[in-house]
Amino acid sequence: MANPTFTLIASNTVGSGGVASVTFSSIPATYTDLMLKGSARNNSTYPFGYVQFNGSSSNFQRINLDNNGGTPASYSASDNLLFATTQSVTTANTFNSFDVYIPNYTSSNYKSFSVDSVTENNDATAAILDILGANLWSNTSAITSVSFYPSSSNFAQYSTFSLYGISNS
Amino acid sequence: MADTPQAVEVNCETGEVTTRDLTADEIAAQAVAAQAAADQKAAADAEAAKVAADKAAAQAKLAALGLTADEIAALSK
Repeated sequence: MANPTFTLIASNTVGSGGVASVTFSSIPATYTDLMLKGSARNNSTYPFGYVQFNGSSSNFQRINLDNNGGTPASYSASDNLLFATTQSVTTANTFNSFDVYIPNYTSSNYKSFSVDSVTENNDATAAILDILGANLWSNTSAITSVSFYPSSSNFAQYSTFSLYGISNS
Repeated sequence: MADTPQAVEVNCETGEVTTRDLTADEIAAQAVAAQAAADQKAAADAEAAKVAADKAAAQAKLAALGLTADEIAALSK
């Protein structure tokens, strides 16, 4: 990239009561790549976040390297699970940190993308679940919307989601 | 908290933020995701438990062979 720029397109902080999904719609096609950065908590037992592109949950595949409470493991699956959030049993008011990088999101080819998410439990290893993922969306449409939703319940208040556009000129 | 789960949409062109109730289909999809998450979590926990059990068994066998605790610990450094 000769003259790259990193531009905040939109951001959302979850309000009182939480929300069951956050969507960035009408994403401009004027950037080269997209990056999403987030900080999320889910006050339920199962600490996962899912992604949809253009409202679709289909044709996703992933290969993950996990840190599950200090035990490494690897998984592969054909679903749209994306990241882990902090959960009900972790220290109150702790949030995860995750970022998703989507290169060439307007391409007419399938879209590969990556995720790195880490959870926090006030230095304890219990209930920690970190996920490093290599993902594929087998769809040729340009990505115009991105949604996140938790595996159950809501993203907690003060969870934040930010969408950035990366340009090469 | 509202009785019906809420969805937030941020329009990146206009900046408009809208909040609406989840549709029945979206609620059903969340239920499917919850089950998938439970399955994934159970698999991850089972893997972690197996690794811990295998490690303890291996350490016990090494100890039975006469290795000291320090010697066993050195094997994993």
